[in-house]
Amino acid sequence: MSFITMTRKHKQRLTVVLLLVVGIGTAVALALSAFQENMLFFFNPSEVVAGEVPTDRTIRVGGLVTNGSVKRANDSLLVEFSVTDTKNSVPVKYEGILPDLFREGQGIIAIGRLEADGSFKAQEVLAKHDETYMPPEVADSLKAAQAENAQIKMPESHRAN
Amino acid sequence: MWAFANKLASPRNFYRLAGKLTPWLGGASLILLAVGLYGGLVLAPQDYQQGDSFRIIYIHVPSAWLSMFGYAFMAVSGAIGLIWRIKLAEAIAASVAPIGASFAFLALVTGSLWGKPMWGTWWVWDARLTSTLILFFLYLGVIALNAAIEDKRNAARASAVLAIVGVVNIPIIVYSVEWWNTLHQKATISIMKMQAPSIHIDMLIPLLIMALAFQLFFFTVVLMRTRGELLDRERNSRWVQELVDGKTPATTAKANEFSVSPPTS
Repeated sequence: MSFITMTRKHKQRLTVVLLLVVGIGTAVALALSAFQENMLFFFNPSEVVAGEVPTDRTIRVGGLVTNGSVKRANDSLLVEFSVTDTKNSVPVKYEGILPDLFREGQGIIAIGRLEADGSFKAQEVLAKHDETYMPPEVADSLKAAQAENAQIKMPESHRAN
Repeated sequence: MWAFANKLASPRNFYRLAGKLTPWLGGASLILLAVGLYGGLVLAPQDYQQGDSFRIIYIHVPSAWLSMFGYAFMAVSGAIGLIWRIKLAEAIAASVAPIGASFAFLALVTGSLWGKPMWGTWWVWDARLTSTLILFFLYLGVIALNAAIEDKRNAARASAVLAIVGVVNIPIIVYSVEWWNTLHQKATISIMKMQAPSIHIDMLIPLLIMALAFQLFFFTVVLMRTRGELLDRERNSRWVQELVDGKTPATTAKANEFSVSPPTS
């Protein structure tokens, strides 16, 4: 009648439950590591430049919008910019509405196809937000401090894995 | 200590204690919710990139945390019910499922509402979003299994097994943003990494208050629902009959039918 007793029956059931957790855990871990490649949401510009990405289907390319690369057409929604992982960059063409967070230096993911000339024609552009939240004043003072150090550091979340 | 746990595990005692605790927990949760919402929606500064849109974090993140906590809570009480055949643990596991499902749903919906303006899409099939959707479906599976089997005790065992199998999804949700390239950002606050949260302190404090408020709300609703479950499961026992008849529970009612279910098999 007591709450936590350990009769043989209870020990058996406890063992079965623990084995179940360990077994399922192992099976899922093996399955996920086998599908590691397919679980990647996007490719890096370096992989694109090295030709490691498929050209015959829609892919995703993720990186930072290169500073000073954004060119907007005056009479349409056409935008041209390049994405970089600070080593290599890929030119991107996109026609449509960009998300709020899109700006130079921002992490983005472009969905589309690689053209024959090595440029990327995007059907959709998603902004990738990083995990930092701060008031504008703090961001300004951080930026000023960073400019003094003259070091452009890439946020960890956008680095190639 | 064990003696107290034994006493509490009796449905009748738990029913009475939970009834006394509920208004206090619920009241504390409401106060914290009001403080947290005021802090988050009014006092906290705007975000440098997202402006006011970031404020959905005060609902989204506590919901997501609670959806995972609720699942672990449900699986552990399910396992206790499975191993020791304690009626109370079975009733708790059955009560948590719809609550956890609601939190998972809230996390998915608020995330989606935030995703449209910020990311530019309502939904993507990245690892974090997909694994959270699976969590929601696991909850629905547990609810369906509980409803599909007429005998409540059999239903509890079957759904406990499903809940335990689904536990593997929890570390996947937590680490999905580390293991794979995802659109979803990494964790802002992480106990595991032992580093300062990458959110400004003025924004962090309301978030923690909201998380505590959600946690208390969770337990309030769990207690309320478990009381209902116990009444339903014990409807043929004397203490419930007495409750219904409006009689004060007799002191002689210390018979065996109120105690923990005997190990049957």
